[in-house]
This record gives sequence, structure tokens and C-alpha cells, in this order.
Amino acid sequence: MMNNAALTDLIIKMADDELIQGHRNSEWTGLGPVMEEDIAFSSMAQDKIGHAWALYRILHEDLGGKHPDTFAFLRPEKEFKSSHLVEMPNGEYDFSLMRHFLFDLAEAIRYESLQDSSYEPFRLLSKKVKGELKYHTLHANAWIMQLSRAGEESYDRMQQALNQTIALAAGIFEPSQHYEEALIDDKVYPGEKELYHRWLDRIYPVLVKASLNLPEMSAIVPVYGGRHGLHTPHLQPLLKEMSEVFNLDAEASW
Amino acid sequence: MSNDSLDPRVNRLKLGPAGEVVKVEEGENWNIYEVFHQEKRGAHHEHVGCVHAPDPQLALVFAKEQFARRKKCVNLWVVKSADILAFDVEDEDMFANNMEKTYRDASGFKVMEKINKFKQSK
Repeated sequence: MMNNAALTDLIIKMADDELIQGHRNSEWTGLGPVMEEDIAFSSMAQDKIGHAWALYRILHEDLGGKHPDTFAFLRPEKEFKSSHLVEMPNGEYDFSLMRHFLFDLAEAIRYESLQDSSYEPFRLLSKKVKGELKYHTLHANAWIMQLSRAGEESYDRMQQALNQTIALAAGIFEPSQHYEEALIDDKVYPGEKELYHRWLDRIYPVLVKASLNLPEMSAIVPVYGGRHGLHTPHLQPLLKEMSEVFNLDAEASW
Repeated sequence: MSNDSLDPRVNRLKLGPAGEVVKVEEGENWNIYEVFHQEKRGAHHEHVGCVHAPDPQLALVFAKEQFARRKKCVNLWVVKSADILAFDVEDEDMFANNMEKTYRDASGFKVMEKINKFKQSK
């Protein structure tokens, strides 16, 4: 018998990360550095919203949760479990790209681990998003390499972006306060600590190839809080904007 | 020469006085890549257009967005346009067919009659 409360907690934090990151990335639409990249980034933002929707649907259909639209758009800020990394405003493209790199590689690791999950909806979903995530990480890796080799200014900015985002990104792996052991024992997923180490193993070779220096991780304090409803001041305005149209008429059928 | 374009493909190329040879450093300016699209395994890759990109890897990424999002696709090739060797436009006359050599075309062979006859004999 699965621990439904634990599953629900895990799904909400994964889905909220996807939704908020997807929304942030979509803010680049029309403003990307070149047309091709604008389209690529926007298309991947859509994929992220798609992942969020798939996860909210599992909640709705399998665990007695609310309808995905209602759940995504009508929840108060406190009930969101997104990490601080995805809430941060886009800043410049270097920051957005570095976040995209760190987030998407973390996402890839997480969904890969779900291929062996004891929870069937996770197994099915991980299979479904495998190709998309492969492409997202290819895109991220290609840009990290490109910009780290594009001259001194570009390199410095990428290194600075990495220094800025690394503690936030480590915060993705904030362990659940109550459910971590239950989820690991039930073989739902390997747990945040294990995923964190797999993630470091995955980002490190790319950073080395790009000659970027990964800060000493033992000296980094991961930015936690998002998973239990403590958010940056940036989340509330984002939620307000994101749900603006929905709130015009929450009962409307689309 | 100042150029206020926001497009890095334009901005990165530092143009000197007219007539001076422009030397483009590796990675300084974006290249054009021709894109070839394969609809199913074993099928030919067909030319579908081109993308601007700073390197082959990103050319593939951009090609996927531009040419593989809607139509079915199993693989893509990208080739730097400058690496393609082509005939000069004025050499088009080399391709002019001598009208009296249609017997060389495959279409010159009329075989349907033979095929139909064979089918009927079965």
C-alpha cells in the first residue's frame, strides 16, 4: 500500500517547479536573443507546462486531487511547493540559461530515476518525457559550451551566473520534512540526497568541458524553504499574473 | 562603422572601411547551415531550408525547432552552407539536354504493355 500523502507531496513539488519554471521561461517569448533561440526556448517552456499538467493530472485522477486548472491557478502562495530557483526573475539571458541548464539536468536525473519507480504513473510519465528531456539537456549543454567559449566577457558572465545560481539549484533537492524515508522505502524514488549526488555527477563533466569552475559544494548552503511553503517575494506577483485570465471567470469552460 | 542592430549576427562582425578584407574569427559571426530532414528511417534526407547558428551543435537544435516540430521527423542533418560545392549559375548550360537523346531517359522505355501482358498470362 502506497503512502498517498507522501506521493502527493512529491508530485506537488515536482509539478510546481515545472509550472513556475515554464512560466518564467515563457516570459522570454518575443525577447530571445535571436529568432531561432526564441522559438526553441518558448517551445521548451511549453513542454515544462505540459509536464506540470501531466503531474497535476496524476494527482487529480489517481490521488483524489483537484482539477489541474483549479489546482494550478487557484491555490494560495503558501500551498505552492516550488523551489526558490524557479521563482527568481529571469534577469539577463546568462542567468536564465544557467538556470535552464541546472534545472533541466536535475529534471532529467529525477525522471530517469522514475523509470524504476514502484508507482506506475511515474513509470509511464518518465517514459513519455524521456525524449523531451534529452532534447532540453542537449540544448542547455550546447549553449553552456557555446557561451563559455565565446570570449572573455561571455565566459565571465557564465561563471558569474553559475556562482549566482548554484546554491539556489542545490535547493531543488530539499528533502521532504516528513516523507523522505517512506518514499525511499516504498521504492517510489531514490530520495533527494541520492538525486543530488547524481545531479552533481551529471553537471560536472559539462562544466569542466566549458572550463567553468563549480564552486566548492561543501561550502555551499542550499537555498531551502520552497518545499514547505516559504517563498521569495517574487512568487506572489508571478502567480497573480499567471492566473489573471483564469480568474476572470474561474468557472468558464475553455 | 556603428551598427545599432540588436541581432548578434550583425553586431559581432566588426566592419572596417569599405574595400578592406573582413576577417571573420571562429565563433565571431554566425554561419548559415542547410537543413536536411528525414521523415522515416531509411528514407532520403531532404533539404528543407536553413538556419543561422554559431556552431553545428546549435544548428541541430535550431533545425529541430524550425523543421521537426510539426511534420514527422526521425533525423536531421545540418551542413554548413559554405561547405557545399555547387556549380556556378552561369554553367547551367551544361545541363541542357540534347533533345535527340531522350532514348537515354528511363522514361523512354515503354514497359507497361509487357507488364500487363505478363499479368494476364498468369
